[in-house]
Amino acid sequence: MELYEKTAHDLHALLNKKEISAEELTKSVYERVEQVEDKIQAFVMTIEKDQALKKARAVDELLSRGERLQPLAGIPLALKDNMCTKGVATTCSSKILKNFVPPYDATVTEKMAAANTILVGKVNMDEFAMGSSTESSAFLTTKNPWDLNCVPGGSSGGSAAAVAADEVVFALGSDTGGSIRQPAAFCEVVGLKPTYGLVSRYGLIAYASSLDQIGPITKDVTDCALVLNAIAGHDPKDSTSVKIDIPDYREYLTGEIKGMKIGIPREYFGEGLEAGVKEAVLTAVRELEKLGAEVDEVSMPHTEYALPAYYLIASAEASSNLARYDGVRYGYRAENAADIITMFKKSRSEGFGPEVKRRIMLGTYALSSGYYDAYYLKALKVRTLVKQDFDQVFEKYDLLVAPTSPTVAFKCGEKGDDPLAMYLMDVCTIPVNLAGIPAISLPCGFSHGLPVGLQIMGKAFEEGSILRAAYAYEQSAGITSLKPKLTGEVA
Amino acid sequence: MVVSMKDVEHVALLARLELTEAEKHLYAEQLNAIIDYMGKLQELNTDDIPPTAHVLPIHNVLRKDQPRPSIDRNEALQNAPRQEKGLFKVPKIV
Repeated sequence: MELYEKTAHDLHALLNKKEISAEELTKSVYERVEQVEDKIQAFVMTIEKDQALKKARAVDELLSRGERLQPLAGIPLALKDNMCTKGVATTCSSKILKNFVPPYDATVTEKMAAANTILVGKVNMDEFAMGSSTESSAFLTTKNPWDLNCVPGGSSGGSAAAVAADEVVFALGSDTGGSIRQPAAFCEVVGLKPTYGLVSRYGLIAYASSLDQIGPITKDVTDCALVLNAIAGHDPKDSTSVKIDIPDYREYLTGEIKGMKIGIPREYFGEGLEAGVKEAVLTAVRELEKLGAEVDEVSMPHTEYALPAYYLIASAEASSNLARYDGVRYGYRAENAADIITMFKKSRSEGFGPEVKRRIMLGTYALSSGYYDAYYLKALKVRTLVKQDFDQVFEKYDLLVAPTSPTVAFKCGEKGDDPLAMYLMDVCTIPVNLAGIPAISLPCGFSHGLPVGLQIMGKAFEEGSILRAAYAYEQSAGITSLKPKLTGEVA
Repeated sequence: MVVSMKDVEHVALLARLELTEAEKHLYAEQLNAIIDYMGKLQELNTDDIPPTAHVLPIHNVLRKDQPRPSIDRNEALQNAPRQEKGLFKVPKIV
């Protein structure tokens, strides 16, 4: 097994035993990127290899002084390109931020640096995280490592594809309506959307502020716990970040789930669910039952209303958040505008892509005089009902299990002309964001040769319970040793 | 058609977007399809339901009113498309 294929926890053990050096590991990862990046197209930009090697040698220096490394020290990672990196371009995969170089680091960027990780690059995404396929990136089309004709999912498609193709050991993504979990499912990796407020959003370029949350995309559940340990915690720079004691999430990786109460929400298994996805998820449910979990079917009657409510709320928040891109202080400015209003209009029209403009239009419409009550306020009330569904089932159950996505990865270009068809792909992931609760996606098999994701949802700030069940399932089902072939032929 | 061409033009103005005729037609069509789908929400009676703008029970997060370092002017200006004398430069306003 090559170094670039290994998990962070395996690499950490090898580094601490001095069987490998951080420099060797970083070289291995950069060679891998050189080999496969032409096919995958995950990176918007890569950090100069010499710069990364210098950081790796600093980690080796710590080792040679006899220090024990932090769990992620020397581990190469990628950041989704909506997380600010001081002095390193941060584009949101948008023309409007093409040349934007942040003067500060996001809190997660600082935390990754403090953990002595090695940043390999910034990875592709749907423009401003608006999309479910990474196809709305203004720069490049990322491919699914399991079938290069398919999308990697989105919006954190670059993060998931880079991890699945072993171009980095792990990545950070952001999830507003499924943008960590759905690409993780499509690419056969593990993706966690933490509880809203657990991870600081400072320096995360905002899409929909009441829904956005940063989380790990990793090769297995243990790595997910390690990365969550490194990024969770209160941050005075984010007023929505919560002051709670953060546990060591590794303590939940016991394999023991006897007596855990798991609900299977019937509404997630309805119309539009691919047969192979349903079968893989139900097989996983039986596995959890075999491990001693008590499983019942439950009902969450407002599930079908979550999607329309989400697209109104997210678009409304986006229309407000994206008002800041006006060509004055940073970002793209149209030339030769005679007055300032024309400059605003031209800069925004030339700088934003079609999906971003569509959501700004939808959000502005929903917030505009005469429509506010009928659309935006209505959506906020329905959000309450969706959240109450979760509150009610969580009185009796510890966790909920469902598919992450109703289908496996679809073909590039397949849903290009129909925005509504693309929105409907998010039906299984969106309720979690509206309720602010945590959820993980982990691999649970294949349908038509493409990966299926198992979604486990939990109570607010109980990431530990989710990780406990996910780890037990992963160990018992035996995480697949299959690696994607990086070809256009499905296995 | 819930969303008229006039609505599209009005919303584009509010959002400071300049749309081509082709874009106006496309967005009118797509926004109608999307808004039509959103109409599903009207099936629910929400008269007595409070809105949820935010899921956390956090209100009025304050910090001490004490001066602290911030980014300096040059750093703040480094991404400006145009600048002059330490200021952001824009086209004529009035």
